[in-house]
Amino acid sequence: MLELEARAEPSRLMSLLSPLLAVTLMLAGGLLVFAALGKDPAEGFRIFFLNPVRDLYAVSELLLKATPLMLCAIGLAIGFRANVWNIGAEGQFMLGAVAATGVALYFDGSESGLLLPAMIVAGALGGAAWAAIPALLRTRFNANEILVSLMLVYVAQLFVSWLVFGPWKDPDGFNFPQTRMFGEAALMPMVLEGTRLHLGFVIALAVLVAGYAFMNRSYAGFRMRVAGEAPDAARYAGFSANRMIWVGLLLGGAAAGLAGMGEVAGPMGQLTDKVGSGYGFAAIIVAFVGRLNAFGILLASLLMALLYIGGEQAQQYLNLPSSISMVFQGMLLFFLLGSDVFIHYRLRLRRRAAQVR
Amino acid sequence: MDASLFSSMLFATVVAGTPLIIVALGLLVNEKAGVLNLGAEGMMAMGAVAAFAVTHQSGSPWLGVLAGMGAGMAMALLFGVLTLTLMANQVASGLALAIFGVGLAAFVGKPFEAVALQAVPPIRIPFIADIPLIGEALYNQQALVYFSWALFWGLLWFLYRSRAGLVLRAVGESPASAHAIGYPVIRIRYLAVLFGGAMAGIGGAFLSVFYTPMWAEGMVAGRGWIALALVVFATWRPLRVMVGAYLFGGVMITQLFIQGSGLQIDFPSQLLSSLPYWATIVVLVAISRNAGTIRLNSPMSLGKPYRPDA
Repeated sequence: MLELEARAEPSRLMSLLSPLLAVTLMLAGGLLVFAALGKDPAEGFRIFFLNPVRDLYAVSELLLKATPLMLCAIGLAIGFRANVWNIGAEGQFMLGAVAATGVALYFDGSESGLLLPAMIVAGALGGAAWAAIPALLRTRFNANEILVSLMLVYVAQLFVSWLVFGPWKDPDGFNFPQTRMFGEAALMPMVLEGTRLHLGFVIALAVLVAGYAFMNRSYAGFRMRVAGEAPDAARYAGFSANRMIWVGLLLGGAAAGLAGMGEVAGPMGQLTDKVGSGYGFAAIIVAFVGRLNAFGILLASLLMALLYIGGEQAQQYLNLPSSISMVFQGMLLFFLLGSDVFIHYRLRLRRRAAQVR
Repeated sequence: MDASLFSSMLFATVVAGTPLIIVALGLLVNEKAGVLNLGAEGMMAMGAVAAFAVTHQSGSPWLGVLAGMGAGMAMALLFGVLTLTLMANQVASGLALAIFGVGLAAFVGKPFEAVALQAVPPIRIPFIADIPLIGEALYNQQALVYFSWALFWGLLWFLYRSRAGLVLRAVGESPASAHAIGYPVIRIRYLAVLFGGAMAGIGGAFLSVFYTPMWAEGMVAGRGWIALALVVFATWRPLRVMVGAYLFGGVMITQLFIQGSGLQIDFPSQLLSSLPYWATIVVLVAISRNAGTIRLNSPMSLGKPYRPDA
């Protein structure tokens, strides 16, 4: 009989292998899903997993999709490391988009080179401000940040739809729930000719590096890691728990807000009620699959972006709902959580008592 | 306020509170056993879509409710295998379940988005439904409303008057002691998790088959999360779950009545719709302010994995 046996020490090898194992299982699961839906698995595999990387343009679209994911995920990872469970990145993303849009609309028609930097700052501040609510309520009133940050996602969504159906609606927009298109100076410059890949991608990479430096090279980041891995040691060392909650949530909010700004000033070019497209929730998966570290998050965000685009391809060519990407994303996280058991335990073959004389 | 308006608001409040009661009471049992399952939203979504699909195919809402319950339990089983057998982190696994459930429900529910179901007629309890003012609102209701009341009384008895309930609470307070006396901690936790999933599935079924007889992506609209919050407000006590759920039902309904009343209030409907979410936050703050109350009342081992050695 197989049984789990605790390892003396967590296995470093397994903590690196387990995401790979999870990806492999997800791919195998994917073939089964296609077969179960009556599609040719090989064809499904090609369209879902290979189409998104078939040429340079496809790859640029993949990087575009990965941009908000890596931004949100690196911010969340900083909090998760300290056991600060901000799961409202989706709302912070929307508020960042709203703040950036506010600046763009207020200075509509401006051609100043300062407009875009101002929007970037506004986006980060908007996201951070939204995250400050759960931080304040948690530190002052001990209110659970998971529930508060999550409730604020719904509030943010309704707030955005009020704005685009009401005061910010484009007067010439045929009553569509959207703002007017941003001017040239309020749009992110492209980094790759002939594609939609914009400056936000470069910013996201820079934020990843900064996140790495913060978590692995700074004293503040060290304190957060201690608080997450050994809360008692952190308390004994006198690290302020409240400060970590603030840092975790504010950084997470700012990064998500930045991602929201990148969407409205990038591919969308305006604010619509569809701005929150689940990146904030998908980023939770990215953060976990990326093992809460910067390099892992880079890879995981590319993988998750692939699943998003694969879903769109499956909708177009296989006539499947695009929400199939969420099924794959969920499977990935489940397989990862399951594979992680091998970090702390190993399988051991155990003989039946009767066989031992 | 005239009597008929009062009666219809009371009726609607009870209906809106019912899924919250069913789901939150299920989660309460779940958490009393020391397991924190944040996946309620996903289990509800799966329950809702499964119930809708089966009702639509079979024509029987009761088969639908059973299917919803089964779907919720299947999701809960997945969570149980991860957290109880494979010792995965409960918070992460619960989040995964929430995201996955909502996604999977959207996926399998796609073909049902444009269809409607026939409304299920309420069941009128003779005589007491004739009580003026409240009779019509309380006793001419959907069967699942009566079920939620039965569930409440049943749980009160189970948790505080039965031996099995005592064992369940012991497992949540101190799994090591319960194990030492010889109770199968993991098996009991599995049962509690499955019960939580079953109730979440029924709550979802209520939404898609009885409340608004239709399926739409995102129709659970955070009710799973609100139910999780309710358990905290209620400091893990069934009576307070009931009161809290009806308060929330009341907030949701008042907001709808104001929107539908045609009163000339200069307040945008979207902002009005965010009231229940703000209310959740406000109540959460009011209850959590006193850290001691929460600590005293929450099951001691909530969210902590337990693995009996040998």
